[in-house]
Amino acid sequence: MSEDLKTMDCREFQAQLADLIGSGEDAHNHPHLKSCPLCRALLNDLETIAEAARQLLPAQQPKEDLWERIESAIQKEESPKNPK
Amino acid sequence: MPRSRSPKTEVPETLAGASLSDVSPGPEVRTATAVVEPYGDDAVARAQAGDHGAFAHLYGLHKRRIYSLCLRMVNNVAEAEDLTQEAFLQLHRKIGTFRGDSAFSTWMHRLAVNVVLMHLRKKGLALTSLDEAMEPTQDDGPGRSFGAPDLMLTGSIDRLALERAVADLPPGYRLIFVLHDIEGYEHNEIATMLECSIGNSKSQLHKARLKLRDALRTSLQGQGRR
Repeated sequence: MSEDLKTMDCREFQAQLADLIGSGEDAHNHPHLKSCPLCRALLNDLETIAEAARQLLPAQQPKEDLWERIESAIQKEESPKNPK
Repeated sequence: MPRSRSPKTEVPETLAGASLSDVSPGPEVRTATAVVEPYGDDAVARAQAGDHGAFAHLYGLHKRRIYSLCLRMVNNVAEAEDLTQEAFLQLHRKIGTFRGDSAFSTWMHRLAVNVVLMHLRKKGLALTSLDEAMEPTQDDGPGRSFGAPDLMLTGSIDRLALERAVADLPPGYRLIFVLHDIEGYEHNEIATMLECSIGNSKSQLHKARLKLRDALRTSLQGQGRR
């Protein structure tokens, strides 16, 4: 790891964080985090939020009669009296 | 932050109504990647050829994810149902134009996203296009992320608090967050869906998470928790 990365300040690190997280690499290995509790806390929080978001599923279910509404609307559109 | 979850593909369900009785049987659903997609692809081809049963089958496959997306974007059951209906009507009108350049679910979601954004525009929200939804705002500088390390969220995120915080996100950020972190789409798929760059998708997701962090920390402070 280069000396630049070791001496990177928080603003520089956070400017790169979106790419770092999105790269799929383990962002915790970044040298800046070894000496910065603020950015370490930030990364932990962002990971916690992403993890918690996965618990928001299962997805909601529409009402059973929605298909009937859609089917009726399709038939209405396809009717010769109601050309598209 | 590694991602290992694929977008959830749903098992076809028996739908109310006689129209579903003519859905041809397909292979048993075992995994999302190995079996469901080929079945879905077959249904797409048949629906494109005018097979109403195949279209009903596609509705069964995609209704929950489309409805959930709509519901999370408008936070109103009646509006979400109307938007879901409109999305599937759009699908019925346009399915013949699907050429398989992207996954069908991605293409279908793009239709739904456009329906939702059109709705938000009609409601007068400051959101007129996908481009505008993806446009960074001025208060998103990296300096906003600083905060006391003793107010960490780790292990303390309440589901309802997160639901509220997501609902309060600006529509553009909410859309990216829902698609990526809740529904499990990858950045390349979102980029296709929203016609933006992969870097833009990553950047907007990051900003959405930062906003959620701010909101959740404020919520924790309000509860007097540290």
